[in-house]
Formats: sequence, C-alpha cells, structure tokens
Amino acid sequence: MQYSEKISDHFLHPRNAGELEDATVIGEAGSLATGDAFRLYLRINSQDVIEEARFQAFGSPTAIATSSALTEMIKGKHVDEAVRLSTRDIAAYLDGVPQERMHAPVMGMEALEDAYAKYRRLETLDEDGQSARIVCRCFNVSHGRIERAIRDHHLSTIAEVTHHTKAGGDCNSCHADIENLLARARAERARAAEEERIRTARDNARKAQPAGGISDLQRAALIQEVLDREVRPGLAMDGGDMELVSVEGATVRVKLGGHCVSCSSSTATMRYFVEDKLRELVDPAIEVIDITEHGQELHAPPMR
Amino acid sequence: MADLLYFDNNATTKLAPEARAALEPFLGELVGNPSSAHNAGGRILHAVEKAREQVALMLGCETGEIIFNSGGTEGLNTAIENALDALPTRKQIIISKVEHSAVSNVVRPLARKGYRITEINVDRFGRLDLAQLNHEVGHETALIATLWANNETGVVAPVAEIGDMAKRAGAMFVVDAVQCPGKLKLDMKAQAAIDYLAVSGHKFHALPGCGALFVRKGTPYRPLIRGGNQERGRRAGTENVPGIVSMGAAARCINEHLDADIKRQTELRDMLQSGLLAKLDNVIVNGDEQSRLCNTLNVGFEFVEAEAVLLMLDAAGVAASSGSACESGSLETSHVLRAMGVPFTAIHGSVRFSLSRYTTAAEVGALVDSTVKIVRRLREISPFGREKPAPKKPGDLEAHKAYFATT
Repeated sequence: MQYSEKISDHFLHPRNAGELEDATVIGEAGSLATGDAFRLYLRINSQDVIEEARFQAFGSPTAIATSSALTEMIKGKHVDEAVRLSTRDIAAYLDGVPQERMHAPVMGMEALEDAYAKYRRLETLDEDGQSARIVCRCFNVSHGRIERAIRDHHLSTIAEVTHHTKAGGDCNSCHADIENLLARARAERARAAEEERIRTARDNARKAQPAGGISDLQRAALIQEVLDREVRPGLAMDGGDMELVSVEGATVRVKLGGHCVSCSSSTATMRYFVEDKLRELVDPAIEVIDITEHGQELHAPPMR
Repeated sequence: MADLLYFDNNATTKLAPEARAALEPFLGELVGNPSSAHNAGGRILHAVEKAREQVALMLGCETGEIIFNSGGTEGLNTAIENALDALPTRKQIIISKVEHSAVSNVVRPLARKGYRITEINVDRFGRLDLAQLNHEVGHETALIATLWANNETGVVAPVAEIGDMAKRAGAMFVVDAVQCPGKLKLDMKAQAAIDYLAVSGHKFHALPGCGALFVRKGTPYRPLIRGGNQERGRRAGTENVPGIVSMGAAARCINEHLDADIKRQTELRDMLQSGLLAKLDNVIVNGDEQSRLCNTLNVGFEFVEAEAVLLMLDAAGVAASSGSACESGSLETSHVLRAMGVPFTAIHGSVRFSLSRYTTAAEVGALVDSTVKIVRRLREISPFGREKPAPKKPGDLEAHKAYFATT
C-alpha cells in the first residue's frame, strides 16, 4: 500500500503518543478484536478549550498516523469546534488517505465524538436501540455507524462501505444487511432529490413571474403535483384519498375520500401532513380547508 | 541505509550466483531455438536437457517425468485439469482449508460444474484433520490436491499418509510443492502416491516465469497449453531457455548442498524464534513446530498490528510479509490463520519471516534487534497489552482458550 509522505511521517514519528495523566476526558473507539482501536486523552480547560491532546492507538499505519494528526488538529481548539471536524478534514491534513483505509479517520472521529459526548454528558449516537445493533460481527460495526458513513460520504457500494467502516470486509455474511442500508439511503436520496426538483420548479415558476408571484393556475398545478406525489400515496396505504377542489390565492380546498372521510385523525392529517407539505414545497402562506361531505368546513388552524 | 535484510523468501528469492552465471550466455551469445535443426539450436537443446537432469535429480524422478512450464500456477492448473479428466465419472474434489489460491481458486469454481468440493479442516497448529480426510475420501473422489508445505506457516503436510488414502480410494493426488525445493527432501520414487507435483523456479533462486511439473510415468496427460511440439508435445510454446537454465543451475545447488542448507536454515530460524521469544512477551508462534519448513517463522505479536510492524521494518530496511493479505489492501485476515483458529489479536499482529540459504547469522541478529524495538515501540502507543500478560508458552492451547475467554 502506497502512503502519502504525511502519513508515513506521522506513523514513523507519531505526535502526542501516550497516556495523559490529568486528562479531563478519554474517548474510545474500536477494539482489539477488530484490528483497530483508539484512545484519545483530552485536557479541557474551563473555557471548553482543548489544552492538551494525547492518544494511544492499535492498528494499521493509517490508524496511528490518523491519531497523531487528529491530536495536532484539535489542540487549542474549542471542543465545539473540534467535534465539527470531519473525516475529510483529517484525510486532507494527511494529504489523502487510501480509500481502503478511510475507516481509520472514521474511527478517529468516533473517539473524538465519544470524548465530546462524555464531556458534554451526552449519549453517543450509537447508544440508542436500533443504531447500536451490530451489523458486521467480524469488525463489530454498528448499524448507526454504517448509516452515518453512507450519509456523510455518499457511499453507494458495499466496497465503499467496507473502505470507510471495515464492515463486510471479512466474512461477507452481512453484505445483505449493508445492501439494505444502501438501498434505504438510495431511496432517501431519491426522495430528497424529488423534493428538491419540486422546490426548484416552484422557484422557477416564481422567477418566471417576478411581479406578482406565481399565477393561481401554476400554483394549482404545483399543488396538484405535490398532492399526487407526496400525499395521496401515503393516504392510499390506509385506504384513503384526497381530491383538490379549488385554489384561490393561498386558500386550498380539498375533499377527503375513502377511509379518510370517517377517520378520526383526518384533522391531524390536514394539520401535520398535508398543510405542512404544501407550505414547505409550494407556499408558506397556504391554508388548507377540508370541505368533505356534510359541507361543514373543518378549518385546520395554522401550526405553532 | 544498510543493505536490505531480506526475510521474504517464501514470496520470492534472489537469483543464485550460479544460476546467473549459467544463464548469462543465453542472454547474448547463444542464440537458437531448441526445436531448430541447426547446430546452435542443438546446443541450446542440450542446455535444456542438462537442466532437466538437475531438476529430475532434485525431485527424485526421471527426466521423462518433468515438464517445463511457466511456474507453479500453470503446473497446478494443468495437474488439476488432467486429474479430473483422468477420472471423469468421479465428482468429488478434496482440498484443505489452507490451500494457496493457485489450487483453491481453480477448484472452487468447479462446484458450478457439478463437482462436490470438500475442504479439510486444520487444527490450531495447522495440521490437517486426517480423520476427517479418511472419512470424506471414497470411490466418488476424483482428486485430492494439497500443499506439501504451507506458504504462510511452513507447516509440512503428511503427504505419504494423504497419498495412501488417495490410492486406496483410487483417486488422483496433486501436490503443490512450490515452497519445498531447497527446504526439504523431495523424492518422487519414495512418494509413489503422488501423481502430479508442481514447483516454481523463483522460489528456489532461479528466474521467475519458469517452473516444472512432475507427472508420474503412466499417468494420463493432455497438455493445457496447446500448439507446437515442445516438451515432447506436453507443453506448447517456445521454451523459456534462460529460465530453464537458471532452474537447472539452482537445482544443482540444491542437489549438492541440501542437507547442509536445511541444517543451517533450521539453526538460523530457531535463533530468530528464540531471540524474539526471549526478548518479547505475548508472542505466539503460528504453526506446528514439530513439522515445519526449516526456513519459515510465522509469529503473532499481540497488541500490535502486522501492517504497522511491516512498515516500520521496511523503514528500517527489513523486508518481511504479513500472514494476512492486509498489505494488498484487503481487510481480509489470513485464511490460513483463520482456519487454524488463531485468536483475532494474534492474527492482526502476525508476521511471516522466511529465510534462505543466503541468510546470515548477522542478518538474523539485526532482524531480532529491529523487530524487538519496533514491537516495543508500537506496544508503547497501543492502548492494550499492559494489564494482563497472555500465556507465554507458544501453542499452549488450553491457556490460550482461558486467556481469550476473559478478554
């Protein structure tokens, strides 16, 4: 494996290696069984500034170089500033980390986050139920860690997940689980992209009408699109439906159908779901009025 | 920097001075195709046949049983295909869990062609489970293929016993002996059960790109590489004359000095092992010390990681290699050490040192010094390893179990 001069230098001449007797807090990540482990010692003063940082590391040259670099990077920084560093910052500091070794900076940040959480007496992300579930048993990698790596680095293949977290690098038995997480992230990205597309369409429509905003016709078309894409599929899953009746300015009249008519939570549906979506994607001024059946108008009061 | 301390001879070896001298004329003055009728061609043919005599002597077989080829991988591919062709109705192939990829990656895909692949387990010391093998082998078995000596641990397999089982079942027996020349006595007359055996030139101080396949007289054979009539129609393609000549000269060195070479390498390897064990705690020797190649030492340094050790050794001018494939970028731990059930701690810190006939006592001393310094330094910065000493005695299985049960 070819390493940058920076990595070789930090590996062969690690800065700040060893224990720190008077550490305020100690962050940890990894384990002996997985082949990489960090322990990060921080002395933090009353102004929340990291006065001294030292490390112990077990693992590959990249792991040791990463620990060394990280201690250099965070010394003198406010803890809130330090914890905002990213794995990319570490990689950049080392003039690049080989793809296959990106798990080292990820683990370095985990040790820092762990120290930060302990300092702030917060729980780390991985300590809640689902995200703490171990997906890769060979390297002891949790659900939450894989999800975060996929999200932060826009990973799309199992190999990339392995490069960043080690998960799936050995026995392969968790590849199906990783693929599921990737698929979920893909769906999430697709949904975000779709929302972005609608938002862009709205913005474009506004730009096209610089004088008085978008026309009612354009607005109605946009609202119809949002209802079709974002609202009706969700309602249909419970056997319900919704019909757009009219759009006058910011007032949108809709009629519920199917199970929604008799459903006791339809008011909540209006308030929390439909109106929010339309306000977010079309116009913050929108008010939704339900004119279902008996003609009685169920006006959904504005949120907050 | 001082001279490179080369302790990676199971990966490849340096060219023997005798081999270099022997092949030199064939790089310039001596031109000619061994298959040509003219005098120059004849001289070259003569050199190829002299080399064949030396290689046959090294393997303890007849010259007619040697086919020169490109190396171990070609030999094993050829042997496996031939063995299966010889017994077309049998549909089971037996290998071990610790094979080199030149066997396992040839055999495993054959599952798609209807073969049942059986992989025999090894114990904590890398010893083949002969009871399992005896249970598995039968009239369905077309082929047993195994390493004679393991490339990662140096563990030597009981080929005579395996061969007996193969013959009793009427199965073919293919042996990967790539690690053996110059390190143990090969005698195909004594090992009558071996049908095919592959060796590779660059592992015993000849050039890379040349090798030899032993095919016992009377064994069915069909060339894998087809074309011209070279090697008596058994391996087409113009001979790699410099390679073959270098292999002949290297084989000659082995034929003349094998016993002394084995003794010397054993002494130096033992010196290396005892030096490391004396100066470092928590070192595990991987592999059966009772049956191990004379030149190989695979050790797990607990609480440090092999790639870190290797890179620091490299910076100190020492070439060694890891029992695992980590240095090639994969995270996969060594399949050999995994099959042996070596604890994860020791797998991650396992390093292979392999000596050669040219290794000196001074080099071994320098290696011990460098390695001890490096492992100590890495342990200093490791968060593990200070609280609880692991059992020191290498291979003490019960103590290891107890230790790792509490870790």
